[in-house]
Amino acid sequence: MAITSRGFSGRRTPADVKLPPGQYLTTDFPVLSAGPTPHVALDKWEFTIDDGTEVLRRWNWKSFRELPAETITVDINCVTRWSKLGTTWEGVSLDTLFKDIKTDAEFAMVRSYGDYATNLPLEDLMNKQAWIAFRFDDDDLAPEHGGPARLLVPHLYLWKSAKWVRGITLMHEDQPGFWEALGYHNYGDPWREQRYEGD
Amino acid sequence: MWRLGTVVALHDETSTARTITLDVPDWPGHVAGQHVDVRLTASDGYSAARSYSIASTPNPEKRIEITVERLPDGEVSPYLTQEVAVGDRLELRGPLGGWFVWRTEQTEPIQLIAGGSGIVPLMAMIRSRAASGSSAPFRLLYSVREPGAVFYRDELRKRSENDHSPTLTYAYTRITPKDWPRPPGRIDASLVAEAAWPSKLVPTCYVCGPTPFVESAAGFLSACGNGQDKIRTERFGPTGGRK
Repeated sequence: MAITSRGFSGRRTPADVKLPPGQYLTTDFPVLSAGPTPHVALDKWEFTIDDGTEVLRRWNWKSFRELPAETITVDINCVTRWSKLGTTWEGVSLDTLFKDIKTDAEFAMVRSYGDYATNLPLEDLMNKQAWIAFRFDDDDLAPEHGGPARLLVPHLYLWKSAKWVRGITLMHEDQPGFWEALGYHNYGDPWREQRYEGD
Repeated sequence: MWRLGTVVALHDETSTARTITLDVPDWPGHVAGQHVDVRLTASDGYSAARSYSIASTPNPEKRIEITVERLPDGEVSPYLTQEVAVGDRLELRGPLGGWFVWRTEQTEPIQLIAGGSGIVPLMAMIRSRAASGSSAPFRLLYSVREPGAVFYRDELRKRSENDHSPTLTYAYTRITPKDWPRPPGRIDASLVAEAAWPSKLVPTCYVCGPTPFVESAAGFLSACGNGQDKIRTERFGPTGGRK
């Protein structure tokens, strides 16, 4: 049971705002990354989907940007406890990228420039739940926020929305990504407060 | 799992930053660079938690120190820097984080770059190096607004004088000490190139501070030839960035 902190009253979020447990509201856009920000030139950028042995689909920046894009307005929740409401992005739905792919893999490792990776169940990337986003708030996505393009999977903590994405590897067996191997939760549902291993 | 810590000492580092020493009987030990979540709970059950870097070296006394900088519009930091008294109990979760850490087995040169209160986890590394008898050579580049904003000033000076680890370079962004050779300003490529280990020695670099500071410092380290995989970063606070 929580102990009471003498003299602490706190600063509540307005009653009409419902945040996941333990989160607080910010209007800023803080950054969390493990290393330097990679700067990826658009003419070198590519995005691939592979099954661990062969590449199933490949896009360069031009062919990627020719895919139908959507505008998405979502709340985002960082494991470091800030939440930001009503953020607007433009991106390509993973449903579009996976349209012609037949697979019985159940897991995905999302890979980034700069060697970051994060794992998710494949079903969390499907059915209008995930996008490869390239614009934020009517601007090209800034490098420190993951530009040229990042995964956006807003129903999980934001570390799952890998910045600087370069591809997805389909897996039959789940494997931990970068933070997942360093004590963070394997799935990361903010509404169940799955921050750390064991939550 | 939340642990209970009892405040046993308070020490003001600057006019806005305070070190809190906590006795945590079931503390499992930590590695330099890790952080804890601190949770406060109001009498009606409302609670708020934030992460703070651990400043102290791992020790058998089950004590940890955190240094908290007061944020003007903060929710938890004003309480921790102004309200908390010796004898109060705080709830803690941790230690947390397994990436931005220095382990005593590491023997390579270490480059630390701190912006403002980003010194805290780096101080844990400096203290851990000394406590373990490590001979890994450390350098610290510490950027602060003004001389009065330096945390751990005397301890850093003594450690630097005694065994040159860390070798210490200060950079002042707004106000310098009298007769300081460099005008106030942000760190730049030439200062980093001058103060940091040459990249040919393959140092591991730890950069901690506000996001714009970390972005630029990590960029300068890369430009000096340090590999992306040798630069570890910890960013905090609002960005003040775009939007």
